Amino acid sequence: MTMTTLPPDWPGNFWAHWAIFAVIIIVFVLLMFMVFVWLERRAMGIMQARLGPNRAGPFGIFQPAADGLKVMLKEDIVPAKGDKVVHWLAPLVAVVPVLMIFAVVPFQGGAILADLNIGILYIVAISSVATVGVFMAGWASNNKYSLLGAMRQVAAVVSYEIPVVLSVVGVILLTGSLSMQQIVMAQDVPFILLQPLGFLLFFIGALAEINRAPFDLMEADSELVAGFHIEYSGMKFALFYLVEYGEALAISAIVTTLFLGGWRGPLLPPWLWFLVKVGLVFFVMVWIRTTVPRVRIDQLMALAWKFLFPLSLLNLIITAVEILAWPSVSPWVLVPINFAIMIVLILLWSRLFKLGWGRVEV
Amino acid sequence: MAATKEVIVKTEPFVVNFGPVHPSTHGVFRMRVTLDGEVIIDMEPVFGYLHRGIEKLAEERTYGGCIPLTDRLDYLASMSNNLAYCLAVEKLAGIAVPERAEYIRVIMAELQRIASHLVAVGAFLNDCGAFMTPILYMLRERERILDLFDMVCGQRLTYNYMRVGGVSQDIPEEFMPALKKFVKEMPGWINEYEWLLKENEILLARSKGVGILPKELAVNISASGPVLRASGVKWDIRKADPYSIYDRFDFDIPTGTAGDCYDRYRVRIEEMRQSLRILNQAMKGLPQGEVRSEVPHIIYPPAGEAYAHIEAPRGDLGFYLVSDGSIAPYRFHVRAPTLINLTALSDMMRGWKVADLILIFGSIDICLAEVDR
Amino acid sequence: MKFERYGIGIAKGLAVTIRHLLRRPVTTQYPEQRLNTSRRIRGNELIWDKDKCTGCATCAKTCPQGSIEIVTSVMIDENKYQVEKFEVDTGYCIFCGLCVEACPYDALFMGYSYERAKYRRGELVMANEALLASAERQPSGYARPEVAAALPKQSLLLDNDRGKR
Repeated sequence: MTMTTLPPDWPGNFWAHWAIFAVIIIVFVLLMFMVFVWLERRAMGIMQARLGPNRAGPFGIFQPAADGLKVMLKEDIVPAKGDKVVHWLAPLVAVVPVLMIFAVVPFQGGAILADLNIGILYIVAISSVATVGVFMAGWASNNKYSLLGAMRQVAAVVSYEIPVVLSVVGVILLTGSLSMQQIVMAQDVPFILLQPLGFLLFFIGALAEINRAPFDLMEADSELVAGFHIEYSGMKFALFYLVEYGEALAISAIVTTLFLGGWRGPLLPPWLWFLVKVGLVFFVMVWIRTTVPRVRIDQLMALAWKFLFPLSLLNLIITAVEILAWPSVSPWVLVPINFAIMIVLILLWSRLFKLGWGRVEV
Repeated sequence: MAATKEVIVKTEPFVVNFGPVHPSTHGVFRMRVTLDGEVIIDMEPVFGYLHRGIEKLAEERTYGGCIPLTDRLDYLASMSNNLAYCLAVEKLAGIAVPERAEYIRVIMAELQRIASHLVAVGAFLNDCGAFMTPILYMLRERERILDLFDMVCGQRLTYNYMRVGGVSQDIPEEFMPALKKFVKEMPGWINEYEWLLKENEILLARSKGVGILPKELAVNISASGPVLRASGVKWDIRKADPYSIYDRFDFDIPTGTAGDCYDRYRVRIEEMRQSLRILNQAMKGLPQGEVRSEVPHIIYPPAGEAYAHIEAPRGDLGFYLVSDGSIAPYRFHVRAPTLINLTALSDMMRGWKVADLILIFGSIDICLAEVDR
Repeated sequence: MKFERYGIGIAKGLAVTIRHLLRRPVTTQYPEQRLNTSRRIRGNELIWDKDKCTGCATCAKTCPQGSIEIVTSVMIDENKYQVEKFEVDTGYCIFCGLCVEACPYDALFMGYSYERAKYRRGELVMANEALLASAERQPSGYARPEVAAALPKQSLLLDNDRGKR
């Protein structure tokens, strides 16, 4: 594992580069977390024919700050019979990987903390560690319902890892390298056009992994419990909240880099393009959350194994065949072919959509 | 290779209490559910947390003074409750109602049906998990109806509008133009809801085939209202035993086929459309005249008993009154439709999962105030 | 081969939601913007007209809750009652309006304002002079058509009249 050399005009040595970017990333994550919270509540409000937060500052922009202040002042309750060390460690184990993902996200050409040449593999590996934190939280609460919720979450994440990773492999095949910087550079045609099925599978799988939108049964209020973070209050709860929106931010950043062309674009400065694309992907997540009802746990697992997994294998095979058979054809020819294949596959798979199953004879 | 032996993992069912205070039950309703893993084996409803003794309180109030009490029975459909009670008293005392009052009563009852179904469908979709969007849209339409009611009687929830012998006051002159506008715009809004959620795959997967109430069981437990009609039985009091002037109007009765949650949702949406049809006809036929026959504020009906039932939005609401010639009713009993519809709940839920429990419960649309009285 | 449930339902729902981004929200910013209530609102107070009241106590007899208490004494010369105490327990009252409808002399009105909360239960029991009409205590038009005709028109959501944005 080697790292590419620093840009030639960078002042100071590697450690200065690391320190500056670490600060930039932490500030970026915290700031965008607040912007995302605000954006979600406002956008969801207007789509529901009401205003979102509008009292804490003009257009409610200080609402996330007010929420953060409230959460910091709350009492920190630890269950008496729970495992105290694990209870204290769980939010940390969940938050740190989310921050670490941003080490390989390219904000601009050359503006990246560490341009690892196994960039995307690093992301896949690190994002699985956050699930360990969730499971620790469920275990340490000494509450059998939060344990059930945490186990459901672990099962869901494990099931959805496979289609997600396989769709990423499609992108890697087109690029020829695992490095995030190279992936952005290779997108003369954004990969969302070349790999529409891959984008769809990755997006749905990622939504399930970060517990959002139609797959948020772990934190839903209409079931028994509020999920694994039921026994958390105060700053630890704020950390779990940060994990949720931080992962949404991370997924938006990854989708932008892998499928939408990263920081590339005409006219505007590259970092601004990056922010605009990240915001757009997050807006689509909010839009889906506002519209769609929730799925049930067995439907969630069935979706992963029966719908996403075979389609991702097919996507991989088709991409490999295209690359081997026509290595020198212009990418614009492949775009309509891939779209047509995606539509045909989805129509064929929709014949398997079963309704009303799941009743058990008692 | 050793022969495979059937390894039976011993599981033990456990009882979970969906407490009276719950984010998704429509009121204070308690369910003691026996679960085996995620599958529901048995369900026992416990209610009575909202019992206020309305039937006893009515024995100490005059016949006219019981009308505010009936408002508070099913507070989402107050006009229907008022109407049923007034019909029962008029039957008991032999009082006739003028024509204009009959038409106004029908208009109010149908508007109330639309408002109540909006809440029912919105709450059902909220339980499905569509994060508040459908219920907020439907509450917005309900606001328009509540504005109309506000214009007529001054309140938005407990109307106290019907009186023995007619209605309390005549409708103001800005009511009819507003009602015309509402009836014209509402089909567009209903179509928008259909676009939002009728063919949504996730809603279909969660509610189609879930919580089936078979036809024989529905008839045996004397279910009524949309719950009965979704199971395939074409029974509507407005056609089977017409009261007031419903036999003059032309409307259909939507029925479902399978009796699952999806069919109940569809039946309610179609009933809203039929109510708009009745409203159109009633608006055209509204005669002039007085709205209240000459009935004193305190009446002494002759001794006897009377039972009147109407098609309330939630089912077959009936009032049984016994009078002994004195100032207050001797016995005032309410046949609450939702209490009787609840009987089948444990049969509908057996074999489904916890997530479906909330959904099935939301689809039969109870209002605790009526269950507990 | 018929194709259905391939995602078109979700797409339609998304279209509806995105269309709402372009519409005005229906929220009224309450303390700064207020809507006109109904002209017949049964607001949370009762207003008594001392001159028209004759002490017949029809309202007290009609009240389902029994929250009106009237004490009168006889004035033989003027052939009507002298109302000594007219007390309404507005905390016990359910604002049904039966008393207002019942009054034969039009001496009782419902209130038009609705922001009349008190800090103590004792202040809700109002008697005699406290029940008269004044600048803050406007009568509403419930069962009183001549009062209703003079009040401002109700703001309806049907007219998209939801205050300024």
